Amino acid sequence: MERILSFDQLKKQYEAVKHQTDLRLLTLNQAPSFIQLPEPYKRDLSVRHLMVCADTGCAASHSLGIADLLEKTIEKYGLQDKVKVIKTGCFGLCSQGPIVVVHPERVMYTQLKVEHVEEIVQNHLRDGHYVEHLLLGAREGNPTTNYDQVDFFRKQTRIATRNCGLINPASLEEYISQKGYLALGKCLTELTPDGVVDVVKKSGLRGRGGAGFPTGMKWGFTAVEKEPQKYVCCNADEGDPGAFMDRSVLEGDPHSVLEAMAIAGYAIGADTGFIYIRAEYPSAIRRLLSSIEQAKEAGLLGNNIMGTGFNFNIELRLGAGAFVCGEETALIASVEGNRGEPRNKPPYPAAKGIYGKPTVINNVETLANICPIILNGSDWFRSIGTEKSPGTKVFALAGKVNNVGLIEVPMGTTLREIIYEIGGGIVNDKQLKAVQTGGPSGGCIPARYLDTPIDYESLQVIGTMMGSGGMIVLDETTCMVNIAKFYLEFTVDESCGKCTPCRFGNRYMLDIMNKITHGQGTREDLDKLSQLGETIKEASLCGLGQSSPNPVLSTIRYFRDEYLAHIDDKRCPAGVCTSLLQYEIVPELCIGCTICAKNCPVQCISGAVRQVHYIDQAACIKCGLCFSKCPKKAIIRK
Amino acid sequence: MSMVQLTINGLPVHAEAGTTILDAAKSIGIKIPSLCYLHLPDVNVVCQGASCRVCLVEIDGRRNLAPSCSTTVVEGMVVKTDTSRAVEARKTMLELMLSNHPHNCLFCKRRESCELKALSAEMGIDELPFQAPVPEEELDLSNFSIVRDTTKCILCRRCETVCTQVQTMGIYSGVQRGFHTRIDTAFHTPMMETACTFCGQCVAVCPTAALTEVDNSAVVFKAVRDPKKTVIVQTAPAVRVALGEELGYPVGTNVTGKMVTALRRLGFDKVVDTDFAADLTIIEEATELIHRIQNNGVLPMMTSCCPAWIKFLEHKYPDMLPNLSTCKSPHEMLGAVIKAYYAEKLKVNLDQLVVVSVMPCLAKKYENNRPELSDGTYADVDIVISTRELAGMIKHSGIQFTNLPEGDFDRPFGESTGASVIFGTTGGVMEAALRTAYETITGEKLEHLEFEEMRGFQGIKTGSVKIGDLKVHVAVAHTLRNARQLMDEIQNGTADYHFIEVMACPGGCIGGGGQPYHHGEMDTLRKRASALYTADEAKVIRRSHENPDITKLYQDYLGEPNGHIAHELLHTHYTRRNKH
Amino acid sequence: MACSGLQSKFQELDQYIDNLSISDKGSALIPVLHRAQTIFGYLPQDVQAHIADRLDVSTAKVYGVVSFYTFFTMEPRGRFNISVCLGTACFVGGAEAVLKEFEKELKIKSGETTSDFKFSITPVRCVGACSLAPIVMINDKVYPRVKTSEVAHILAEYDEM
Repeated sequence: MERILSFDQLKKQYEAVKHQTDLRLLTLNQAPSFIQLPEPYKRDLSVRHLMVCADTGCAASHSLGIADLLEKTIEKYGLQDKVKVIKTGCFGLCSQGPIVVVHPERVMYTQLKVEHVEEIVQNHLRDGHYVEHLLLGAREGNPTTNYDQVDFFRKQTRIATRNCGLINPASLEEYISQKGYLALGKCLTELTPDGVVDVVKKSGLRGRGGAGFPTGMKWGFTAVEKEPQKYVCCNADEGDPGAFMDRSVLEGDPHSVLEAMAIAGYAIGADTGFIYIRAEYPSAIRRLLSSIEQAKEAGLLGNNIMGTGFNFNIELRLGAGAFVCGEETALIASVEGNRGEPRNKPPYPAAKGIYGKPTVINNVETLANICPIILNGSDWFRSIGTEKSPGTKVFALAGKVNNVGLIEVPMGTTLREIIYEIGGGIVNDKQLKAVQTGGPSGGCIPARYLDTPIDYESLQVIGTMMGSGGMIVLDETTCMVNIAKFYLEFTVDESCGKCTPCRFGNRYMLDIMNKITHGQGTREDLDKLSQLGETIKEASLCGLGQSSPNPVLSTIRYFRDEYLAHIDDKRCPAGVCTSLLQYEIVPELCIGCTICAKNCPVQCISGAVRQVHYIDQAACIKCGLCFSKCPKKAIIRK
Repeated sequence: MSMVQLTINGLPVHAEAGTTILDAAKSIGIKIPSLCYLHLPDVNVVCQGASCRVCLVEIDGRRNLAPSCSTTVVEGMVVKTDTSRAVEARKTMLELMLSNHPHNCLFCKRRESCELKALSAEMGIDELPFQAPVPEEELDLSNFSIVRDTTKCILCRRCETVCTQVQTMGIYSGVQRGFHTRIDTAFHTPMMETACTFCGQCVAVCPTAALTEVDNSAVVFKAVRDPKKTVIVQTAPAVRVALGEELGYPVGTNVTGKMVTALRRLGFDKVVDTDFAADLTIIEEATELIHRIQNNGVLPMMTSCCPAWIKFLEHKYPDMLPNLSTCKSPHEMLGAVIKAYYAEKLKVNLDQLVVVSVMPCLAKKYENNRPELSDGTYADVDIVISTRELAGMIKHSGIQFTNLPEGDFDRPFGESTGASVIFGTTGGVMEAALRTAYETITGEKLEHLEFEEMRGFQGIKTGSVKIGDLKVHVAVAHTLRNARQLMDEIQNGTADYHFIEVMACPGGCIGGGGQPYHHGEMDTLRKRASALYTADEAKVIRRSHENPDITKLYQDYLGEPNGHIAHELLHTHYTRRNKH
Repeated sequence: MACSGLQSKFQELDQYIDNLSISDKGSALIPVLHRAQTIFGYLPQDVQAHIADRLDVSTAKVYGVVSFYTFFTMEPRGRFNISVCLGTACFVGGAEAVLKEFEKELKIKSGETTSDFKFSITPVRCVGACSLAPIVMINDKVYPRVKTSEVAHILAEYDEM
């Protein structure tokens, strides 16, 4: 691509390439439409774009191999002039991956294996017949040729993830075909920096990293600082276990983040941006590095962007495995080459950030919303979502839900819609027990709050928080005490250790949780947990400690009966806490094969050959080996 | 400065903008407890990590409690320090800190000055809801100055802050994270093998017994109680204006007379004055400076009486070692003279002679063990004890300090001038040297003996003194951060000095690592320095070259300043060391 | 020769440091540590001391940073580093049992390396592929939806390597 020397030139470039991706948008949101293709596609039915999800998730399931084989097979059949294979970003329906979508008919093939490639190329591409058994829904007995109409996709509003699944993220041209860098050009040539801040303020966009602070306000604070050197920083540390929204955006649409950072730089008066990205995202790192180079070569980043005299350079900074570095002051410490230890605020990063300079720190998803806001206007953004929380939120839906993956919905969507309509309900039709939001900083929402419309405030009222977007669905087989303990183990591991309440308090809370899950808890322990938890929250130095007791406190609030079962009855209702489980041999089913006794590591099973065997409960260490080895399933666990 | 109005516990407070809630509360008589916070403004020592969370208060409108040491007042702020929410939270912080802290206070070195113990008593801690095993005892006894006991560490991070920010040495770092965080040297290296300068500032700020001095009291007691030993003790200038603090006197009291008497009662055979040796140092050093100026010698010349500064230079700027004066530090000079000259006069065998120095300093405990500071067999100074150790010895000997009569130092090493006594504060050595250099070069008497630009706690002070035809450019720095800045300027060629004084400790020796704990009170350092200048003014003889006993020593024994004997006894050399 | 191999590694590291465009090299400590770990495989004392010297920061500080971040290791890792993701989704999907199975098969605990330096087990917190829980990564290869019964089979892939 030639170097862009002016905004006019970019606009011309956009006009030249905007139809490149038309094939992928032809029948969007319309009824079954293969027959109704407009010209010229109607005449030449062999022109195809095959979108293959190359996101880390599907790549782990060999989607890259599938893409390669598709190309080779297409060549084998001589279709390479008409059929393009495009590696794209995440479609969101990760549980059905690897996914390939055939355009223009928008047919989605799911759960693909390398063995399926031949069929698809032969039957569909060459002969024009869909491969029924590979269609979305086919394995559930409900094949569909119109994936847009499936609830999972129909009920989403994709703004931050708009280009994921649509474009080849490695192609700057394809990004430009979707109005890429037009927002930046508009800002640089038609708006003043204050004007840009105003637009973002009016849009009501709030930080999507979890805290929900109004983005425009943050930009405004930084813009008024008189210090000449300022920075923009993208927080791509995404440390919440169970969250991968940011990773998918960075892999699937990296330029949207780069462009937004440049816009932020213009708005606040910064010429340098950092992307602080966790080292556990090697694909995203590679993708960002090459996209930055692309943009620089094209004159869309770097010095004298689009000939306007505005300079903006972006550097990557890698994390090194510390969740706390997602907290902004710890992030700053890390960028400066130190241990990721937070510091007291104020001063806020807007006044004193990286290297002591005014810095705007924004989450990836927040930035991914900026360009659409600039192009479509703040009123448009406000028309989506709720009054206090305009726009959409990307959630990473995981756990015991059928449609595990990435979704983007307007704020105000209820949990019920998300889990049952978009999420496809609970796996194996089990009972929903709770939904965990906000990662280790959040709480569990019990089933009775399913009709809560999701926004920042409503979640806080019921004792949890939006967080970065991780949403784990838990069913009746989950022990809420154990889940709370799991989160606490995480925060104990990740605590930086600087302040007294977090360093000691979380560890002592964990000690109590271990006591409880091992059947040694007391009622007094429960009181201690609550008291200590509240103190840690109000006394800690940073957001990690201020929210780490949340999983425990919210499960005590909503699932007290489970705690009491562990404490009073020494019983785990969900059958998870191994120390509280009892393994028993059902006499009627036992055939005396002695396999259990032979395998028992503590030899606590007695019985003669062909006689009913018996487990000595006092000696049993609850390892579960006998349970798994019994050929007659004669051992029960309760 | 604009003023801010706020209320604390319902009481109105007016404070300057930028004041912390902690200080604002103090101004109306409310003491909010604090632990990791330590601020010495004049000398730029700032420990403000807000990590211990002991100083938490409620602020209306804020969901969480706020650390009052790091939160500045805002117009209309409503602060509450005494609600049960704030009080209980602060108490919990202490309980958590105590949960894995050793409980053997009865035998602990800091039992009379431990800040943790004091807070625990203040808050009425009477039981611990949480307990964890105390980590295994791990003492670092590798060196002559500092003892490290990590089991007593409460992670206040003051030592790390002071070593990294104030002294720019970075010997300590937080290591690992979470519950397992501890303060350590690189790879748990014994301190003797690190680049530690032994300035002891970490010890000066440690609230517990995690960092303490190597205590030589027992060795000294043994010596003075041994009838076969002749023990001679000398005291540094900075000791006499601080010792009283531990023995019932207000900060800044000059207790020289009673100190001498106490030392005699402890059993020392002779009590002499390091101040005398300071005068001696001035003669040698001024002569050396004049020689260098007049003979194109290495300039700027730099003072060499601070052993922490010496070690700093040896590690970090070994190429600048030739700039150092070759003069030994005063107490080492005196030790050398005592052993080479005075022992014979006393008719004491060197095997039976013990020289003890009482210093405000912990680096001197390393210094007196330097191999070059001896004649090959006998070290110039045998034992160094700190001001704190001396106070302890006095207390343990049933000596009622306040009831003692005044005493006088023993001659011929007891007379000292006003120039020598100000050695103990930053800029003092420079002033003393200028008084002598000026009068020696010009042959004229100075009308005004005070060099005001060399006084005060500013990090780097510079000035020019017209001495005859020459304009002598001088600089004075204290704390190694400022020393480093000066060294960088010199190496970059952006500085042009003839003579530089460096003290490693904030405020100079009065802020030394062996002094009574200042507990973060800036006034303590101010008053100690002021007492030294007052002592100078009160002296009849205020120029080192007018000390009659010094003149006599040269006549009787030393010969010429910088002469052959002087060079053998009173001068030394330095060692290049690894950077890290 | 082992010696010159080490020397060239230090040279490679020095080249990286020299080419840093940041004026305050001390703030580049973490990128330098990442590169050093890539070159040497781990960060022993002498490498850390060398970095301290070149970046003009104290050795204690380098040690403090290395020991803070889980990515950095002072012990050599095995040729094949097994990372079992312990993120929430993987946890809920049974990651603990998978980890225990690896520990059983290799006879080492999480955080340890086999005596022949072939395998090491490193816990990792969420690699962001939660839909494929539980995830195991062996070096750069990702194994999705791992069952305990598959562990032995997965390890067998590396028998000849």
